[in-house]
Amino acid sequence: MELLIALAIGTLTGSGVWLLLRPRTYQVVIGLALLSYAVNLFIFSMGRLRVNAPPVLDGSMPVDPAAYTDPLPQALVLTAIVIGFATTALFLVVLIVSRGLTGTDHVDGRESDR
Amino acid sequence: MNFDPHHLVIAPVLIPLIAGALMLFFDDRERRLKTTIALLSSLSLFAVAILLLRRVHIGNDAVALVYLLGNWPAPISINLVADRLSALMLVLTAILAIPALVFAVERWAKAGPHFHSLFQFLLVGLNGAFLTGDLFNLFVFFEVMLAASYGLVLHGSGSARVKSGLHYIAVNLVASLIFLIGIALVFGATGSLNMAEIALRAATLEGFAEPALHVGLAMLSLAFLVKAGMWPLGFWLVPAYSAAAAPVAATFAMLSKVGIYALLRLALLVPASGEAFGAMLIFIGGSVTLVFASIGVLASQSMQRASAYFVLMSSGTLLATFGISEPGSTAGALFYLISSTLAVSALFMVVELIEREQDAAADVLAVTMEAYGETGAEDEDDDEIGEMMPGALAILGIGFVLLALVLIGLPPLSGFLAKFAILNAVIGPPSVDISGGGTMRVILATLLIVSGLTALIALARMGIRTFWAPVEAFAPRVTIVETAPILFLLAVLVALALQAGLVMDVVTATAGDLHDAERYLDAVLGAERVPPFAEESQ
Repeated sequence: MELLIALAIGTLTGSGVWLLLRPRTYQVVIGLALLSYAVNLFIFSMGRLRVNAPPVLDGSMPVDPAAYTDPLPQALVLTAIVIGFATTALFLVVLIVSRGLTGTDHVDGRESDR
Repeated sequence: MNFDPHHLVIAPVLIPLIAGALMLFFDDRERRLKTTIALLSSLSLFAVAILLLRRVHIGNDAVALVYLLGNWPAPISINLVADRLSALMLVLTAILAIPALVFAVERWAKAGPHFHSLFQFLLVGLNGAFLTGDLFNLFVFFEVMLAASYGLVLHGSGSARVKSGLHYIAVNLVASLIFLIGIALVFGATGSLNMAEIALRAATLEGFAEPALHVGLAMLSLAFLVKAGMWPLGFWLVPAYSAAAAPVAATFAMLSKVGIYALLRLALLVPASGEAFGAMLIFIGGSVTLVFASIGVLASQSMQRASAYFVLMSSGTLLATFGISEPGSTAGALFYLISSTLAVSALFMVVELIEREQDAAADVLAVTMEAYGETGAEDEDDDEIGEMMPGALAILGIGFVLLALVLIGLPPLSGFLAKFAILNAVIGPPSVDISGGGTMRVILATLLIVSGLTALIALARMGIRTFWAPVEAFAPRVTIVETAPILFLLAVLVALALQAGLVMDVVTATAGDLHDAERYLDAVLGAERVPPFAEESQ
């Protein structure tokens, strides 16, 4: 499972960085989205990967911390997703405004001369 | 202090948050009401910041006021920590916010929707970032600050703003992602997000955890350095700051200092040995930034671009000085931080008032003519001889000269005192016998002096072109409301020079705290919970 997660993060990051460096604004947005998925998975994996272990404590019986997975990274991921979602939405608005003002979807607001 | 100051620590976050949210309920046409709320909020922020600074500086028993949210016990609770550095930055933020707001009232607040709310949310982010003692909350407050700044950098619209805003947002979103990776690594290595606890555990890490922590810290530093505009990471800064509306740019001068604050806090805290994390790299980066900014200032054809390069110059000087990493130089750098931030902020406003009357093309023309040795446009001024210099022009001129003195570092104003404090600590008599880092010291001293010289050349050229031999005769139409903030900032700068002893005391004590991480750890980890119902007394 470690290998799978690592490969997934690697693939997402690689695609994200490649798209981020493309000249079209929409590609940049998608690149940022992919990167943020990669980062979220990475944060999640930093709580150590566990199978069949709940993050939320069950208060009805004596608590054995070893039986639970670390809930903190999951809370962090949740916050990171919300913030990433909001900023991506904002970025989309700017993208559309830029398209409207300059008439092109190039990130520099004009086509390159090539 | 005859009241319980405990909740005072969270007030700098709550006041602008409430004010900003409150203003969303009113239509943008209710300008007077919104201005009043925004001003009241900023003024009370200033009062709170001063109270906090008094509290942490004068009461020698407590280095830091710690506010445990939800009253959880110390290392578990999310905390806010007001120590000397935080309080100092809060005061500086409030001092900058008031004039920027007043300046905006006349013109920029009308240029688009929700200016005042965005501005207050920016203050929430700034104050929160300065106060928090928790790594993840630092990220959250960074995002609040950035989200508000995305709105503000686009304020007033126009294609130049949208274009540079697009780059600004893209770069900062990537920086935020790097920030998150850094947080995740640090958490994975130490199992904590509380900065003090991280510092404590960093000393006892073994095996894989130690390199993981260092990579995490490096990622965090990278994110902070993007904010601070260090050389290879700071190309977004100049277009964004020079395109932003003047009051926004004036506040953004503080934004780049957040990166420097966070870097300083974490770099000195975590290795807990007095030597900053990655000091050498920070020094090199700062030096290159300083060189880059010096060239940039000389090469700028418009005054707004030059002002933006002064932000970079300030960042470069600070980073290079922090790279030396000893209490004396840090104290000098903190003094420089205060003085340069105020001056750059005021410069953005002065420049806006001057450039409003000129068009950018005239500027480029003027520089080009200088380059070819032509001095045109002298005949046109014949009919103006004997006429009184208009008052506004005189005020702007005097303001410009005073700001130039601060930015160059000429006596008698605070810029000189700040640079002198740094130089004295770096190459002065007490430190000559300190072996090691000799080359760094010489490089820093040389760069400081050379950057002063390039600033002198650039500003003299700007001043001559604008006030003595303008390409077109111009009389800026400037209202009192717009001049007052500049005069206020100038007065603060003069006061900074007059009260240099007092300020030097504060920054020296601050630097002492910073370089003695134990004090911070003791204060934060030893924070006691409020006994139940004790807060009912308010």
